[in-house]
Amino acid sequence: MLQKTYENIDSIGRAILSIKAQGVHNKELAEVIYPNGQKAFAQVIALDGDEVTLQLFGGGFGVSTDCKVRFLGKPIQVGFSDDMLGRVYSGNGQPIDRGPELLSDMVRVAGPSINPVKRLIPKDMIRTGVPMIDVFNTLVRSQKIPIFAKAGEPYNRLLANIATQTDADVIIIGGVGLKYDEFHYFRQRIEEAGSKNKTIMFIHTHRDSIVEGLMVPDLALAVAEQFALQGKNVFVLLSDMTQWSDYLRQVANAQDQIPANQGYPGDLYSQLASRYEKAADIDGAGSLTILGVTTMDDVTHPVPDNTGYITEGQFYMKDGYLELFGSLSRLKQQVNDRTRPDHRSIMNAMARLLSEAEERVKAQKFGSVKDDYSLRLLEYRKTFQTELMDPFRYLELEDALDLCWDILAQHFKKEEVGLSSKLIEAYWPEKGKFKILKEMIHE
Amino acid sequence: MHKAKGEVVSVNESLVGVRTTDGAIMNGEVAYIIVEDGKRLKSEVIDVKEGNRAYLQVFEDTNWMKVGDPVEFTGLPLAVKLGPGILGSVTDGLQNPLYELGKIEWFLERGLEVDPLDNTQKWHFTPMVEEGATVTGSTVLGSVPEKLFEHKIFVPFSIQGNHTITHIVKEGDYTVDEPIATIQDSTGKSMELTMAFEWPVKRPMPFTERSVPIKPMPTGIRILDALFPIAYGGTACNPGPFGAGKTVLQHSLARHSQADVVIIAACGERAGEAVEVFKDFPELIDPRTGKSLMDRTYIVGNTSSMPVAAREASVYMATTVGEYYRKQGLNVLILADSTSRWAQALRETSGRKEEIPGPEAFPMYISTLISAFYDRAGVEILGDGNTGSLSIIGTVSPAGGNFDEPVTQATLLSTGAFWGLSRALSDARKYPAIDRIDSNSKYPSQLEQEEVTYLLELLRDGKTIASNIILMGEKGITDESYIRYQKAELLDAVFLQQNSFHEVDGVTHPERLRLMFNMIQEIIDTPVDIKGKEEIRSHFNFIRQAFLDWNYMKPDEEGFDKQKTKLLNLLKQMGHVAENV
Repeated sequence: MLQKTYENIDSIGRAILSIKAQGVHNKELAEVIYPNGQKAFAQVIALDGDEVTLQLFGGGFGVSTDCKVRFLGKPIQVGFSDDMLGRVYSGNGQPIDRGPELLSDMVRVAGPSINPVKRLIPKDMIRTGVPMIDVFNTLVRSQKIPIFAKAGEPYNRLLANIATQTDADVIIIGGVGLKYDEFHYFRQRIEEAGSKNKTIMFIHTHRDSIVEGLMVPDLALAVAEQFALQGKNVFVLLSDMTQWSDYLRQVANAQDQIPANQGYPGDLYSQLASRYEKAADIDGAGSLTILGVTTMDDVTHPVPDNTGYITEGQFYMKDGYLELFGSLSRLKQQVNDRTRPDHRSIMNAMARLLSEAEERVKAQKFGSVKDDYSLRLLEYRKTFQTELMDPFRYLELEDALDLCWDILAQHFKKEEVGLSSKLIEAYWPEKGKFKILKEMIHE
Repeated sequence: MHKAKGEVVSVNESLVGVRTTDGAIMNGEVAYIIVEDGKRLKSEVIDVKEGNRAYLQVFEDTNWMKVGDPVEFTGLPLAVKLGPGILGSVTDGLQNPLYELGKIEWFLERGLEVDPLDNTQKWHFTPMVEEGATVTGSTVLGSVPEKLFEHKIFVPFSIQGNHTITHIVKEGDYTVDEPIATIQDSTGKSMELTMAFEWPVKRPMPFTERSVPIKPMPTGIRILDALFPIAYGGTACNPGPFGAGKTVLQHSLARHSQADVVIIAACGERAGEAVEVFKDFPELIDPRTGKSLMDRTYIVGNTSSMPVAAREASVYMATTVGEYYRKQGLNVLILADSTSRWAQALRETSGRKEEIPGPEAFPMYISTLISAFYDRAGVEILGDGNTGSLSIIGTVSPAGGNFDEPVTQATLLSTGAFWGLSRALSDARKYPAIDRIDSNSKYPSQLEQEEVTYLLELLRDGKTIASNIILMGEKGITDESYIRYQKAELLDAVFLQQNSFHEVDGVTHPERLRLMFNMIQEIIDTPVDIKGKEEIRSHFNFIRQAFLDWNYMKPDEEGFDKQKTKLLNLLKQMGHVAENV
């Protein structure tokens, strides 16, 4: 295809450039050529007559009116080959680990979604060893689920733990807006866990342009999808999608789009959805599971809010604990009836009692909690937190379930827990015969 | 009509500007944009401007489109093909059958179109009119058996004025595209008819005669059937924050509602949820018909990662199909999940058109569109005196779970029942997490009105006492109040809460609802002589336990009656504890 070069740049913004050109395709890849011969990528995002709008991978800073733009006659693509395992790439798809450039097949980025009839109903539990996940919000292969947490919580540690403790064939890390030390941490953890040769990293740090950051999830997911189509079970880690959304907001505002909520573009939901929806268990092939991070202060903020409507639940991390309330795995019902017969029931009973206890916490502030039952509920809440909510305590599911029974028996009478008589008979431990829980000093 | 032609002049995501070079164009007509590789991208005219300029919303990804790409207008509005073969199928928002598309490509590649109705399948047609008969739009020509019922074959609804049948085929097997009759109008103009015809999705089908929704539709969900019912032909909305149980509720409704046909419009939601339905339902037997649940179901899936512009089309398409089956004399239920995503799609397009935005950047006309959508539900008295109904239950996904936003507010004005989902309840695992106090319905319940009031009063009392307990502690209230509180808690735990995933508890039919209500009433009305909070609570715990065990038993199961007796005995003790001691 003829590659034309154009010189009449009309305007240059922070991440946007417009230029007069003909015969240009929507979403076409282009090169901005600086007067000194340096090049940076750009992509067409809108056309109006001969006015072409591009987003600049390298940002608008330093672009001058005497730069040239060459349209490359191809869409954005990403390389795909097994040799990429163990490598680190930037948001424009170039290796940044000082390793050699690879010759590989190019695959399309941000392609259409898979036909729903090719999806399987997710049915395989992923054992993580984290009690709050395995017991209360079971992770399922092909699930898309983020961690909701304030900036500064150890979410990346949990992310890396889950990815390396499970049986994923391929791990793809998409880092958006990472601090350098976070990037370093991921790399170190992956190496320590011996997972390096099944991991590919696409990394955008704060020194890179926001447009590259915007590309990271698409590159990561496009590569992941290819592995999944080859029959691999792939884990994609995306951290942090709140920053990604902020970049989206910046680019949308630069285009003068009418903002919807808090300056975010009206299509924030669709934009997030088209990424997260890449998660799938594919009929006759492998699977793609997405674990994300959504940093937030308030769950009603547009980013966590829209994310919550898209993902299949979320893990809510607060003060270093994985919380029960606010966390949800929408797919757990697909698997937790096939683990152990008491799984579902005890999960619900523990939650109901904890919710009762939370009410007492409120009441306690009024000094009105004096009765024995309420005091026991508050004790129960304490035990629950210390024994179960630590995201870095490793327990097999069965042990975690036994621990739940121990905790119930520690604080309650059989008829107080609202479990069917059948289950109580089968699992209720005698005092002093706890399997997991260390006996408390009192009682 | 002469079909217009044009070429692309601007591209902004799904909004494409076109300059027409030839012919007249109509707002709402379908056009195809032909991109470089020859693929034809379906789109719809949504605005016509001066200077031969039109704006199209494209139902496909617009990448690789360029200025100058040719556009062909069809002169026809977006329409749905109606005829036998819809039930049991799964299509995208433009009526392309997904299983057929799946045979061509794994991914939803753009520019693929497949015949909406299988044109190879033969249907056994039995004519009901003879040659020479006078017919007009919606006259029944005959019928074919489709899944669970006789599917009437109509003269297309758009036909007006008297026509004469000049030819009709004999009883036999025909496909939807084979001519089955020829009609002639008063001027002698002839027209061939098949078993299928098209209807524009955005034009509501006129009612033969409209009636009001008054007959409760059992949903199998106790809190709805008892307290906040929906009627055949009625409308309901269930707004709620994410994670409050909208999806589980919708699935439960799709499974257990006593409707003849259930249409699921998965609009802008997770693909996985639609998959669960269309992969599970074929395996599930509907106890009312003895046939697969899929036989009464039609799924329109425009899931969240599919092209946004087709979301709107998917909602209207589902509604039009619903109206068609109502014309068949059936009770149809549409589950639209989620109307907020449709509204957001409108917002995206409106923003690109640079319309002046209303609250939260939604277009000003959003409330009118929502009201008009729900107005397509209703009870219809058909020409033959039979009735059909179309009920719509719409999910709303308000930003931040805040009901004070344009889409929720417009929906509340347009629907007859409001099921507000609450995060507090779902956190407490009190499913279905439908707010017991703030929800409402203007439709009649299966219970008597006094009985509903009686339950609601207890719930309100319970809520008041609960807040007193928080303030003053259990010791700060009287035993009498505490008993009232325990009764309200019990009502919630054993009657309003329901385990949707349990085979027995997941669905409660009207007879059992009555049985359970009677038992609840017995418990509430039995005076309690127990003293002391601890003792009272403990006693109610035993009753709750026994009641829950009973809920999980099948009526024909051994021990069902025994469990009921056990419950009644526990009740007796409650009244006579003082004497026993």
